[in-house]
Amino acid sequence: MKVLVWAEHDNAALKDATLSAVTAGGQLGEVTLLVAGAACAAVADAGAKVAGVSAVLLADDAVYGAGLAENVAPLVAGIMGEFDAFVAPATTTGKNIAPRVAALLDVMQISDILTVEGPKSFTRPIYAGNAIATVESSDAKLVITARATGFAKAAREGGSASVSPVSGSGDAGLSSFVSAQVAVSERPELTSAKVVVSGGRALKDAQTFADTLYPLADRLNAAVGASRAAVDAGFVPNDYQVGQTGKIVAPEVYIAVGISGAIQHLAGMKDSKTIIAINKDPDAPIMQVADLALTADLFTAVPELVSKLA
Amino acid sequence: MKVLVGVKRVIDYNVRPRVKADGSGVDLANVKMSMNPFDEIAVEEAVRLKEKGVASEIVVVSVGPAKAVDTLRTALAMGADRGILVQTDEPVEPLAVAKLFHAIAQEEAPGLVILGKQAIDDDSNQTGQMLAALWGRGQGTFASAVAIEGDAVTVTREVDGGLETLKLSLPAVVTTDLRLNEPRFASLPNIMKARSKPVATKAPADFGVDITPRLKTLSVAEPAPRKAGVKVESVDALVEKLKELGVA
Ligand SMILES: Cc1cc2nc3c(=O)[nH]c(=O)nc-3n(C[C@H](O)[C@H](O)[C@H](O)COP(=O)(O)OP(=O)(O)OC[C@H]3O[C@@H](n4cnc5c(N)ncnc54)[C@H](O)[C@@H]3O)c2cc1C
Ligand SMILES: Nc1ncnc2c1ncn2[C@@H]1O[C@H](COP(=O)(O)O)[C@@H](O)[C@H]1O
Repeated sequence: MKVLVWAEHDNAALKDATLSAVTAGGQLGEVTLLVAGAACAAVADAGAKVAGVSAVLLADDAVYGAGLAENVAPLVAGIMGEFDAFVAPATTTGKNIAPRVAALLDVMQISDILTVEGPKSFTRPIYAGNAIATVESSDAKLVITARATGFAKAAREGGSASVSPVSGSGDAGLSSFVSAQVAVSERPELTSAKVVVSGGRALKDAQTFADTLYPLADRLNAAVGASRAAVDAGFVPNDYQVGQTGKIVAPEVYIAVGISGAIQHLAGMKDSKTIIAINKDPDAPIMQVADLALTADLFTAVPELVSKLA
Repeated sequence: MKVLVGVKRVIDYNVRPRVKADGSGVDLANVKMSMNPFDEIAVEEAVRLKEKGVASEIVVVSVGPAKAVDTLRTALAMGADRGILVQTDEPVEPLAVAKLFHAIAQEEAPGLVILGKQAIDDDSNQTGQMLAALWGRGQGTFASAVAIEGDAVTVTREVDGGLETLKLSLPAVVTTDLRLNEPRFASLPNIMKARSKPVATKAPADFGVDITPRLKTLSVAEPAPRKAGVKVESVDALVEKLKELGVA
């Protein structure tokens, strides 16, 4: 099977999410990586070195610079004539583009796969991960988004693919990029961090959230996440949200502080290796899934934890 | 400008779904059903556009069983003007739903279509993007702000790295994220009024759309259970554990 994998990048560096998608694609067949962007030759060179990538296609054009789905999807659909499957990481970029490609190809997309079970069958979570469906496609081509926590990252070194240029139909004239507010943080990235410290509604306000949890995160070199309630209340930006409709994380250690553990939150973190919960309510649902549950007031327990970790 | 909104009838978000013993699916018998939460946000956004004088008419569409008329009535009670029920007892995948919405968009010629970003039952997150592709229009997915300016819409999107703002020519498709607005509750008088608002019932065949599923569900299983955890009695014990785990 010939598999086209979508490279996620910022025109400068290849993102880790790509590496999991390469692994998922590699379980189906021979992987060609598509790098679409503007002035992004460095990304194509990085992609060519990824273990398991046998060829790189580079669509380097200003119209692909912002990753607009209206411009990128026809490019992918055009290239798909020679491929049997398209695999994108299940990031907001992949989720935005892949269904548009699928519709252009008249294919029903298989979203958020966890495993590859056969050439046309896959497992995927439904109902906030409360059920796992095994589905088989009857379409001539496959369009897939792959969940990063389901697939190991391909090695960044080891490949020696060649890079060849491709071009598409250019600007669809439907959309334009206006601006981006990109969060910059010194901390590890939420979806790839070894340790995640997450806070919920109990953290009161933005200042209290920061004062209470950031020292702990710094001590553990952890990424910071949050429940929807904490995001809605403005304690932290939207990209901190962990859950069914936020980010999916599976770190070595996930520490949930003042989070009740609604099913929508659990959907985003229950595959973490070790779950630690700090909650004053011993019956909170998070305390039932936690490997280590500390019943305590977070405003005394967390500072104490920080001082004892020093 | 006419606004078309999709409303799906799904399991209520407070219910914990149970997998059927025979592994054929999730048990929906006697389970509370509600409007998909992202669709409530979509209806709310449309109603606000109407209140601002930007939208002239709101048409809500649901694809599903006869019972989905309740979901349409809820949307009508929130302020939508009329409903279309595309009735079928078969499961309908996002690609087929997108084709039905495309056919309806061609008939109704809306200036804007608002869907949820994701249905909380199938968790597909596809329909809006597929509709935009079939219809040949722009898409503003995962929207946390929407502003109509003349013949364009500016959409702020919740993306993995933060926020992104795009400008789309109208007509366009927008899908809602959680922070777009807080949906209102329908008042009793509005619920009463909604009963007399028109709902047209159609069949997928009326639109010439083949809804035969492309994906076959081979089995549905419970996720692997987590082994029971332990209570940690003190912060000291937690510090020990963190050291054992090698993260402190
Ligand atoms: C469509 C939809 C999608 C959703 N998607 C997501 C999602 O992706 N992610 C997500 O997280 N949620 C999501 N939700 C929301 C979810 O249902 C819950 O409302 C949310 O997770 C609750 O957040 P919380 O646990 O912070 O708040 P609460 O449920 O209010 O819990 C606060 C907890 O803090 C504890 N607490 C309070 N004070 C203290 C203290 N001093 N010390 C210790 N503990 C204390 C309480 O005992 C309680 O358990 C979604 C909901 C819907 C409808
Ligand atoms: N059967 C349906 N009836 C009405 N709207 C639907 C239906 N299925 C999907 N939608 C719309 O498409 C959105 C995304 O659904 P999905 O792609 O299934 O995750 C939903 O939030 C609805 O707005």
